[in-house]
Amino acid sequence: MTETRTKKRGSAAEPLFESAEWTFDTLKLAYDAVEKIGKRDLKLDIYPNQIEVITAEQMLDAYTSTGMPLMYRHWSFGKHFAHEQTSYRRGMRSLAYELVINSNPCINYLMEENSATMQTLVIAHAAMGHNHFFKNNYLFKQWTNADAILDYLAFAKSYVRECEERYGLEEVEGILDAAHALMNQGVSRQPKIPISSRSMKKEQKQKKRQEHEEATYDDLWRTVPKLRQPAHGPDEMPGSGNGDSFDLGLPEENVLYFLEKHAPRLKDWQRELLRIVRMLAQYFYPQRQTKMMNEGCATFVHYEIMNKMYERGQLTEGSMLEALHLHSAVVMQPAFNDRRFSGLNPYALGFAMMRDIQRICDDPTAEDREWFPDFAGNGDAMGTLKDAWANYRDESFILQFLSPAVIRDFRLFGLHDDSEDPEVTVTSIHNESGYRNIRRMLARHYDAGEQDADIRVTDADLSGNRRLTLTHYVRNKRLLNKQEGERTLQHLAQLWGHRVKLLEVDAETKKPIRELEALPIP
Amino acid sequence: MHIIDRRLNPKEKSLGNRQRFLRRAKEEIRNAVNESLKRRKVTETESGEKIRIRAKSLHEPSFGLGRDGERDFVLPGNSDYIVGDTIPKPPEGGGGGGSAGSADGHGEDDFVFTLSKEEFLDLFFEDLKLPNLVKVKLKDTRSPTPVRAGYTVDGPPAKINRVRTMRNSLARRIALRRPSLENIEQAEDELEEAERNGETDEKTLALLRERANRLKHLRRMVPFIDPLDLKYNRFEHVPKPITQAVMFCLMDTSASMTQSLKDLAKRFFMLLHIFLTRHYREVDVVFIRHTSVASEVDENTFFRSTETGGTVISSAFEEMKRVQQERYPADEWNIYAAQASDGANDLGDMARCIDMLDRTILPLCQYYAYIEVGTHISESIIWSGFSPLEKRQRHFAMRHVSSPDEIYPVFHDLFSSAESQ
Repeated sequence: MTETRTKKRGSAAEPLFESAEWTFDTLKLAYDAVEKIGKRDLKLDIYPNQIEVITAEQMLDAYTSTGMPLMYRHWSFGKHFAHEQTSYRRGMRSLAYELVINSNPCINYLMEENSATMQTLVIAHAAMGHNHFFKNNYLFKQWTNADAILDYLAFAKSYVRECEERYGLEEVEGILDAAHALMNQGVSRQPKIPISSRSMKKEQKQKKRQEHEEATYDDLWRTVPKLRQPAHGPDEMPGSGNGDSFDLGLPEENVLYFLEKHAPRLKDWQRELLRIVRMLAQYFYPQRQTKMMNEGCATFVHYEIMNKMYERGQLTEGSMLEALHLHSAVVMQPAFNDRRFSGLNPYALGFAMMRDIQRICDDPTAEDREWFPDFAGNGDAMGTLKDAWANYRDESFILQFLSPAVIRDFRLFGLHDDSEDPEVTVTSIHNESGYRNIRRMLARHYDAGEQDADIRVTDADLSGNRRLTLTHYVRNKRLLNKQEGERTLQHLAQLWGHRVKLLEVDAETKKPIRELEALPIP
Repeated sequence: MHIIDRRLNPKEKSLGNRQRFLRRAKEEIRNAVNESLKRRKVTETESGEKIRIRAKSLHEPSFGLGRDGERDFVLPGNSDYIVGDTIPKPPEGGGGGGSAGSADGHGEDDFVFTLSKEEFLDLFFEDLKLPNLVKVKLKDTRSPTPVRAGYTVDGPPAKINRVRTMRNSLARRIALRRPSLENIEQAEDELEEAERNGETDEKTLALLRERANRLKHLRRMVPFIDPLDLKYNRFEHVPKPITQAVMFCLMDTSASMTQSLKDLAKRFFMLLHIFLTRHYREVDVVFIRHTSVASEVDENTFFRSTETGGTVISSAFEEMKRVQQERYPADEWNIYAAQASDGANDLGDMARCIDMLDRTILPLCQYYAYIEVGTHISESIIWSGFSPLEKRQRHFAMRHVSSPDEIYPVFHDLFSSAESQ
């Protein structure tokens, strides 16, 4: 029976699995088949994969501690865990089917509850799609070091634990709380401090230095009278004495970096903790900037691979239906007035744009030729897509590739909102004059630098009253949330150790609008 | 590609985070626990609890943009709007225009999560203990505690002491001059080089060859770890002194105690019972209820049954004394008592009651707590009768409870470890 069927289908293979239950053998078979298509047909360039099967609790745990396999201990992760767990138990939320980590080897977590089909889809999605994106996108290449991240996290975890043992839970918690509050301000947007494996190694050096100090510690020195502390203090600070903001490299957009280097009262281990949080903030920054492309890429890849597998007879019709059902759920985009609407779905938009690029390459219309003369009809969809995946982020990708066809399909329209008006105004719709506007507005929406408040350290008086001044350059009259701002500023004052002022000035006219201030509480 | 099954990894990986989280929110959680006690029925005190807190200390602030100002945004699903149309804004906080609200700071919603039974009770009874637990006596050792007692040369593999074992192994290897791999390699290299250089002197070659062989032989003969090296941790089972304590719970169940007053008293004893069974496994609890006559009853009857009658408190003291003399000799047991009543007593019994408490009961007890339930509009007979004792006897305490939410604070006050007594 089996033989005749195989013959009838010609080159078609046997289905990899027929039951919904997966075993480690089917997982291996599915992976090999997916990888073959990914590497041979789509010519993806990926890190070696490591597939890990985990339980629901482990999944909850993974994504409440920022999705990393190891992480230092902090109450906020416990809080998120408690929250997620409650809503998961009540059935208010379902869990992700997979989680993938930008590391080398690339770690993919698969949930044990997934059916065999889902596992296959998820492998195609994460182990091929995300993996390729991580390895090739310029932002990840520039900012993250996939080889070193796991080692670094291991270092961070043990360092924080040692600090807790040495200086007490509360001390460490205070620093980490403050650092977390400033995490969004812990990112350098211009490549100034590249994260190389060399700077990662510095962490180990720091540890060695401390060990050496301990090994050579002689209790006798304790009996020798100490120099008076204040006379000793300022020497540790670079650029002290003149308070010249130029020496401090001001203005500085990376507040955490500035504090780590220049805060007058922090101890070495406290600086190290700030550094750990800053490194993580920087590591995650590319993910924020490429969320839509990354998901689009992964969705596109799994769609291609699943279809190829079905064509080759490696999936049964039942499996393919299940896969399509999942796929369509993932890329669903409810309209703005739909009850399910919660913003633009990055999977949907990313996938639609990439399918659209494929269409433009293979079968362009006159409109496409006019809008995209560079690649319309070039017949090399994969090449064009791979170039996009490698060299763009969400903002520039939309600016470059969002076509009128997609705008029409999504029925995108632009609005303007002024908090003083009782109504929002429609400014552009999907017509000839609106396309470019919508494209520009949407691109700006995906620009992380545009969405975050633009806050910089602008002055630090190190010789006088030691006041630190930050400036928020206000765009479009959008001030900070006052209460949040004050609380965050309080954290900042704790780290700086002296008075801290936050000026809010209009970005264009430089006119001061508001001023917040905080004093450290001893 | 590797496939790894992580499902068997140790559970509760996030326990450390959870503990830090609970510690952080302790004040708020304790308040919430106290709140929840009000709502709970007497019978369900010992179970987990869903906790709703609004915790300032759990807030994680960040510099976020406020709601004011201008912004442009793009939405999907335009049906019939054209340029220039206006759409009224959805009322504040009323969902609707999704992306419009996304960048704003999140509000301080109530934070709901579930505490396990253990966590609930841990928080509940934190810092509480029985005061004056002094009479320590060596009881027969039913659960001896293992105590470290040096090292031994045999034992189960799980108890191998690796440091000691490796230390022995190292010493032995040095003493017996076990060659390292480098030594052997070096000898072989020298031999090879000599051969390559066309060393013709057979004697030298033989010497080198012999040396290499001898080193290899020696390495085989001296094992890395010899059974002689093995050291195991040794444990001895040492009987641990166990402090014996008994708690007498005296409750007035007379007719003057209304259902709600009884409920209050029962809640108090329920709390006491859980506290004792949880923290002092060796504590005996004796339940005595009384109307005009007193009787010792079991736990179930004590908490659940209803009976009515007059009030003669001294009867309860008599019963307590009887039980104590029968089963709990005062020189061996730490004796505690807690009494709950609405403050009413038979007038003729009052003198005898105070006298008994003062002369017989209090000298026996390590600590005696009197709880008066009720509205306490005017001073009750018992309260005024017992008040002088409180000043005189350091281990006698009395408190009022008029509503369920006072129970926990009073309880906490009576048994807090930072004793004021």
